[in-house]
Amino acid sequence: MQNVNGGRSYDNYGRRGRVILPLLLAIVLWAWPSAALAGSLEEQTLRLAAELRCPVCQNLSVADSPSEMATQMRELIHEKLKNGESPEQIRSYFVSRYGEWVLLAPTRQGFNWLAWLLPFVAILGGGGIIVVTIRRSIRRGQKSNADASRPLDPRYTSRLDAELKESER
Amino acid sequence: MATWKKLSLLLSIIPILLLLAYGFKTNPREVPSPLVGHQAPPFALTMFDGSGNSLEQLRGKPVVLNFWASWCFPACYEEAPHLEAAWQTYRDRGLIVIGVDIQDRDADAKAFIERFKLSFPNGPDPQGKITIDYGVYGVPETFFIKRDGTIHYKHVGALDAKVLKAKIDEML
Amino acid sequence: MIATLGRFSLWLALAVAVYGAFASFLGARRGRPALIESGQGAVVSIFGLSSFAVLLMEAGLVGHDFSIEYVARNGSLDTPLFYTIIALWGALEGSILLWVWLLALMTLLTVIFERKRQRELIPYVTTVLLCIAAFFLFLVVFPASPFTTIFPAPADGRGPNPLLQNHPLMAVHPPGLYAGYVGWSIPYAFGMAALITGRLGEAWIRTVRRWSIASWGFLTVGIIVGGRWSYEVLGWGGYWAWDPVENASLLPWLTGTAFLHTIMIQERRKMLKFWNVALVIITFALTIFGTFLTRSGILSSVHAFSDSAVGPLFLAFIGVILFLSFSLLVYRSDRLQAEGDLDSLVSRESAFLVNNLLLLGFAFAVLLGTLFPLLSEAVRGVKVSVGEPFFNTVNVPIGLGLIFLMAVGPLIAWRHASVESLRRTFAGPLCLSTVGTGICWFLGVRGLYPLLAFGLSLLTAITVFQEFARGAMVRRRNTGEGYLTALSKLTSRGRRRYGGLIVHLGVAFIVIGITASSIFKLEQEVTLKPGESLQLGRYQVRFDELSAWQEPHRFVVQGNFTIFNSNQKVAEMRPAKRFYPAEQQPIGTVDVRSTMREDLYLVLSSFAKDGTSATVKALVRPLMMWIWVGGWVMVLGSLIAIWPDRRRAVAADVVEEYVAWQPGRS
Repeated sequence: MQNVNGGRSYDNYGRRGRVILPLLLAIVLWAWPSAALAGSLEEQTLRLAAELRCPVCQNLSVADSPSEMATQMRELIHEKLKNGESPEQIRSYFVSRYGEWVLLAPTRQGFNWLAWLLPFVAILGGGGIIVVTIRRSIRRGQKSNADASRPLDPRYTSRLDAELKESER
Repeated sequence: MATWKKLSLLLSIIPILLLLAYGFKTNPREVPSPLVGHQAPPFALTMFDGSGNSLEQLRGKPVVLNFWASWCFPACYEEAPHLEAAWQTYRDRGLIVIGVDIQDRDADAKAFIERFKLSFPNGPDPQGKITIDYGVYGVPETFFIKRDGTIHYKHVGALDAKVLKAKIDEML
Repeated sequence: MIATLGRFSLWLALAVAVYGAFASFLGARRGRPALIESGQGAVVSIFGLSSFAVLLMEAGLVGHDFSIEYVARNGSLDTPLFYTIIALWGALEGSILLWVWLLALMTLLTVIFERKRQRELIPYVTTVLLCIAAFFLFLVVFPASPFTTIFPAPADGRGPNPLLQNHPLMAVHPPGLYAGYVGWSIPYAFGMAALITGRLGEAWIRTVRRWSIASWGFLTVGIIVGGRWSYEVLGWGGYWAWDPVENASLLPWLTGTAFLHTIMIQERRKMLKFWNVALVIITFALTIFGTFLTRSGILSSVHAFSDSAVGPLFLAFIGVILFLSFSLLVYRSDRLQAEGDLDSLVSRESAFLVNNLLLLGFAFAVLLGTLFPLLSEAVRGVKVSVGEPFFNTVNVPIGLGLIFLMAVGPLIAWRHASVESLRRTFAGPLCLSTVGTGICWFLGVRGLYPLLAFGLSLLTAITVFQEFARGAMVRRRNTGEGYLTALSKLTSRGRRRYGGLIVHLGVAFIVIGITASSIFKLEQEVTLKPGESLQLGRYQVRFDELSAWQEPHRFVVQGNFTIFNSNQKVAEMRPAKRFYPAEQQPIGTVDVRSTMREDLYLVLSSFAKDGTSATVKALVRPLMMWIWVGGWVMVLGSLIAIWPDRRRAVAADVVEEYVAWQPGRS
């Protein structure tokens, strides 16, 4: 469908988009994982342990690591949780002993925001560049009057059919 | 292609290379301890010979707290004689040397102590509480604790006689 | 004797490589065919010399010649023959020797297959490849020679690292990965040759397509086998730890995948020329980056070879490659203008562009996470760790976007996809996959990401099946063939398209396997006395007894367990711990029972010396096998895509266009 200016029209997309997009959003929000429920003490221990780095392993979490040190750390976490300490307190405890290094993901503060945000910023920026480039390319193509949306001439369609049958043999 | 684009493309390579080159100066396995300069965490140890020891009891004396294990070969085996020698030399001047045996079996630990004729107090840390409390991530590690209870220095790896003497002198 | 011969042949190979690079270059520059031939002769010689060196090293290993230092450090009299042979790539020097040999082999194959068809480019391709070979040969001649000797020769060697003798997959993972890494040198060399000659039309892209798919295929095998090795050997129940070196193997795979997609745009629409050359340069640089990381000691990793002087040399090499290549690219940028234009924001071309955006975004996130500890230390002086929590949070959304594209991309029309065509193509699959997602919800899947992962993978599978079905039906209508004949002829006439669709299907399987095995994972660690059992999921795991015995190179303690499923015996499993004389800690051997439905995974954590108790860690991971099966499907798809097609390519493309274009039919 072409509008008056000869450009491509996205009207059909616009109309349907107005219905589909909110629907999609509603589904997304409805399915969003509910805030981490407490769970049993074991589950809480493993969840917390998954955030901590096993000090004697290569890149494994305290939850995953089979080493003796990790087992002792899990027991310590379990005990602290039983004593009523909050996950935040337990995390700070380990950080005060081992340094920020013991957390398996950088804290979300200060310089570390660079790690968390830069990939998304890059993708959004790249997306913007792509949209601009595509639009520019479309305009350039329209200017050179190439109209590639012409439907195939029926003469060619029948000839194509014939040639295809020929090539199948 | 515009000149500034060309230049920025080429120049953007440099920061990455510099960062990687910086990596040669660092040691990824070395983790600096946040405890240095702070109060040493309190501990209570039951020694192999049955006696007890705690950090409060040792307040006012300089302490060398050494974490080791019998399976830690060769580093712990290298430093054990040096620790024993330091204990013999400095005990009259008030130095305390304590060894904490981690993730080990009592029989193997006692054999290790026998082998090196260690006369300073040694005790096991069966649940790893003291180990974790001191942020230990390998053996051997040694903490030099001053008279006021603050940690003066943490040494990772086997101690040699020179470093041992130097750090002890600084504390006395 | 072996050592001297080995050193000599490598030294000679280095000299020949340098000569050959010059000869090829000058021959092409000055139009002297004799020099070009001489350069190609150099390629043959280098292959011969490096093969000789590899044979010598194997002779030394198998013959237990401990006067060679490498053999003394990586071989021993007790090591079984299989592991002695594969010890060739067990340590730094040998692994670089393997790299040299693979590079020599691939250069030779390139020259043999392409020298008639690409007369203009081949001399420069040879030059570039010989320069790369010269660098690696320099490494094995000087700082990292595998043929250094020690005197006096010890009576026995230390043997390979026990982790490397625990599983036969060690024979597949490094060579597969290296073949993938080295393979990317070929497209890179062609790209450079195209830049040098200024022949930046589509010829180099067409030539390079098969090599790229093959290298990509090898990388895929290497990475997946590596995951499987990790799962079965390292004993923590997982297969990917976002270890720096694992990440480094993923990076060229991601950019290589992006490259494979956008060259399709260049072939059809003559666009993205600059971008494609840049991508192939980056991919090649990333393959060197991976080897740099393992051997430089700048990041701690489970893979790290011993630190050596090789690190700075690799870094210098990467720097030189990046500067030279990008300078050349920029110099030729005026010849890399697009010859076509895009028609619409909603088109296959745009889908490919978004595909590249997400793949490179993913790669950027992985690279950033891997290098961030170093960056943090440089800027703040504070060491931080970047591990699974970070990568999962950042990469999962990007990955989901990629799966969505993978499902819909191949079905969007080129140039412009009208709402009508989209509706017709996707209405059915979207409905079906929504229903499927609903079923998943009823089966217990909760959370947005897992539901999306399942839903989008389902969408992918459905659209792939739809494409095959449609294509087969069109054929049947035209030729009256049976279903199976139609399908096989369809695939064989459209190998690129249908091979690619099969690869997508494989990825969908892998995503399903990864998601299910992590959200439905069950885990328990219990100490059992003989006769006692633990209950995990549908299984009852009963501890029977411990057995122990001595093997020539290790001492083994094994736990014998019987597995019951609803009171019916299903298996006996035997996780073990192996004690090697040179190691302080034993190496665990896991036992895994895999079915398509789930894996039961047992680890012997510890045991009492008198056999009165054993601590066992049991894991149940549903749909774990789908990951490995998906990997095989991906390899199958890439084989189909590469398979040579003697029929004229034009016919295949016509069929494809025709099927994709058909509005009213099907």
